[in-house]
Amino acid sequence: MSTAILDSQHDADSAHEHDHGHDSGDMTVFGFWLYLMTDCILFASVFATYAVLVNHTAGGPSGKDIFELPYVLVETALLLVSSCTYGMAMLAAHKADKGKTIAWLFLTFLCGLGFIGMEINEFHHLIAEGFGPNRSAFLSSFFTLVGMHGLHVTAGLVWMVVMMAQVYTRGLTPQNTTRLSCLSLFWHFLDIVWICVFTVVYLMGVAQ
Amino acid sequence: MFGLLTLDAVPLDVPIVMGTLAVVALIGLAVVAALTYYRKWSYLWTEWLTSVDHKKIGVMYIFVAMIMLLRGFADAIMMRGQLAMAEGANHGFLPPEHYDQIFTAHGVIMIIFMAMPFMVGLMNIAVPLQIGARDVAFPFLNSLSFWLFVAGAILVNVSLGVGEFARTGWVAYPPLSELGYSPGVGVDYYIWALQLSGLGTLLTGVNFLVTVLKMRTPGMKLMQMPIFTWTCTFTNILIVASFPILTATLALLSLDRYLDMHFFTNELGGNAMMYINLFWAWGHPEVYILILPAFGVFSEVISTFTGKRLFGYTSMVWATAAITILGFVVWLHHFFTMGSGANVNAFFGVATMIISVPTGVKLFNWLFTIFRGRLHFTTPVLWTLGFMVTFTVGGMTGVLLAVPGADYVLHNSLFLIAHFHNTIIGGAVFGYLAGFTFWFPKAFGFKLDERLGKCAFWCWITGFFVAFMPLYVLGFMGMTRRLNHYDNPLWHPYLIVAFFGAVLIFCGIAFQIAQILVSIKNRDALRDHTGDPWGGRTLEWSTSSPPPFYNFAQLPTVHAIDAFHEMKENDTAYLRPARYSPIHMPKNTAAGLIIGLVGAVFGFAMVWHIWWLAGLTFIAMVATFVVRSYNQDVDYYVQPDEIERIENQRFPHDSAHTNNRAQTSAKHAQQLAQEV
Repeated sequence: MSTAILDSQHDADSAHEHDHGHDSGDMTVFGFWLYLMTDCILFASVFATYAVLVNHTAGGPSGKDIFELPYVLVETALLLVSSCTYGMAMLAAHKADKGKTIAWLFLTFLCGLGFIGMEINEFHHLIAEGFGPNRSAFLSSFFTLVGMHGLHVTAGLVWMVVMMAQVYTRGLTPQNTTRLSCLSLFWHFLDIVWICVFTVVYLMGVAQ
Repeated sequence: MFGLLTLDAVPLDVPIVMGTLAVVALIGLAVVAALTYYRKWSYLWTEWLTSVDHKKIGVMYIFVAMIMLLRGFADAIMMRGQLAMAEGANHGFLPPEHYDQIFTAHGVIMIIFMAMPFMVGLMNIAVPLQIGARDVAFPFLNSLSFWLFVAGAILVNVSLGVGEFARTGWVAYPPLSELGYSPGVGVDYYIWALQLSGLGTLLTGVNFLVTVLKMRTPGMKLMQMPIFTWTCTFTNILIVASFPILTATLALLSLDRYLDMHFFTNELGGNAMMYINLFWAWGHPEVYILILPAFGVFSEVISTFTGKRLFGYTSMVWATAAITILGFVVWLHHFFTMGSGANVNAFFGVATMIISVPTGVKLFNWLFTIFRGRLHFTTPVLWTLGFMVTFTVGGMTGVLLAVPGADYVLHNSLFLIAHFHNTIIGGAVFGYLAGFTFWFPKAFGFKLDERLGKCAFWCWITGFFVAFMPLYVLGFMGMTRRLNHYDNPLWHPYLIVAFFGAVLIFCGIAFQIAQILVSIKNRDALRDHTGDPWGGRTLEWSTSSPPPFYNFAQLPTVHAIDAFHEMKENDTAYLRPARYSPIHMPKNTAAGLIIGLVGAVFGFAMVWHIWWLAGLTFIAMVATFVVRSYNQDVDYYVQPDEIERIENQRFPHDSAHTNNRAQTSAKHAQQLAQEV
């Protein structure tokens, strides 16, 4: 009798493995990774647009006139550091250390928030000086490319808040760990995109 | 409070629109009344609207696609009617501003809201069954995709009664689509309808790629997947790689229109040709997104109804792969006249011609499958043969257009219109209708009436040739597209003939509707008890019709291409296991429905600049998603005794019966052979 129960339990488990379950971890992460690749193409389209329009300044300022590299360097540093802290959060999560996970997540959140704050400040300055996105095709594509990255980071921040709340209330369940892994992919992906933005927009803009 | 929206937005003075709205309202009221009278609301809610079952989502996709086919066809016959009249002094019944909306709506609806959902619907119904899976990888996401698509369809239809639709043609080229030249809300409806449904399509692409890569039944290698699954997989690769470009392009156009930016404007450095490049970097892969699954359907149909394995399975897969890749390097042939220079045009011209090589490989594969086979002339086969003839004509005119020199003459002429209708109707639509007839018994448990199906086919194909061959001639005679009036009496007779072609196609559609209604009425006589009405070869035919919600009580093990055919040969097709194991299944959810419908309101608010509503609905969409992420009660196990109960309905007596069942199936195949 007891073996029968054990057997049926075993069957249930193997059935679970067979159809790979729904929302089982590796499949979700793989699906999310595929989604990120589509996001990558989204960014590629806007990068291409920027490359076409970068010299269409229509008598307005070019990148060289408006970019402040030291300021952007701080922004970049904040985002890069936030990738490291997220890595620490994942390490803590794999060690099942709930408190440390949330702490590192919070630190990541602060860095991300700082990055967004600095970006908004930069945009605000440019618009106040009359160099808003409606000034020229170059500025339209600049604001759109950088702003689109900023919107992604903002979405990541909202997601991070939800994750902190879910880890706090439910702990590091397999589901939460999977979601943390997805957010991790997302966050590092945004870092990579930013490195491209930093290089293509700011460094090459100033070097022109 | 209501942004740009005022009561003037409702075109009370246009009788065609108001008449249509009245009819739609009456039909809507009748449906609501019937649902209430027969107490079907909860059935509709639990069995359909909140379902995450891929088969039901597939059926809903095709249902909406057919409604939209009627709407798109109404636009088509109005255009043909207008042009049959509007020569010389006669200006027809459609003023230019209305006519322009009609040709735009026709294109958008037929591509995005008819062909796409029809294709995705077939994919939903067949692909998980073909690979022996119990559902797609992310069932909730699948439901969300569907409702986002519905949100887009709602916006297109709302534009008929509130405001206007774009007057730009379905491609919405700037600077015409910019605020300066399209100050109304038409282009905004276009943008948000495409954005919402495009997001749905993108999620579908991701979902089905993961499904096919991760959820194949034990033993099934990639090179053992049925061809339809293969073609859908390549289509999904194209979706994943190209739809983000559309999203980005439309986003840039909206920034121009909403925030006064200058991506595609004439002023301050904008570049309209960039839109056209970006649009077709999505748009050309899109036509392969539509056609590849149709190729898959034809392959399944031909091999099933000749009773032979498909000739050249491997070459078919690789030909599809080649088309997938080449589909990305030909976009410039849509605008050779941009003037990018002889070398660039030559490259894209040659690349375009090369695509006809893998396509030709496919055609020969089908022909060689038929060769020395015993072809049964059922409705799906008629569609397939009709396709082979029609599509070949369309392919050849395509190669002609790929010659840049010829294209300079024929660009934007009716020759082009004839060409792409030739490939899309003769290729994609014929394929979907073949697939519809082919898998209908699987989805509903009874076959469609053959006689009416054949009538529909013959009306469609003769109607197609009568409607579009004159357009080739008119193209050579110099008639350009999107005209609503002309002064050349030589064109008139051809346009009258084309109108009669459209009437014939209307008869085809009418027969199609009659076929569905008559088949529902005679469903008991048409019932498919075996689950295998055609002598099928792939796994979807190994389960009952319609399949239980879990598809397979026990996952089949696959050793070869045409797995079910092999099982029937080895007498292992209808074996029942000694006992069943619990099955893990997802639960219904209303979250997709809510996000989709709130998304439609969000789109509407954006169109009319009702910012508070747009903000509110956007937050509501995100909040619904977050709230759902808190719900852990999303799945459950079906217990063996329930599976036993459901399976006993299929196998009424005992396992000794299985032999009888195999015989029944064989008898059925014989019957089929005699019928045809």
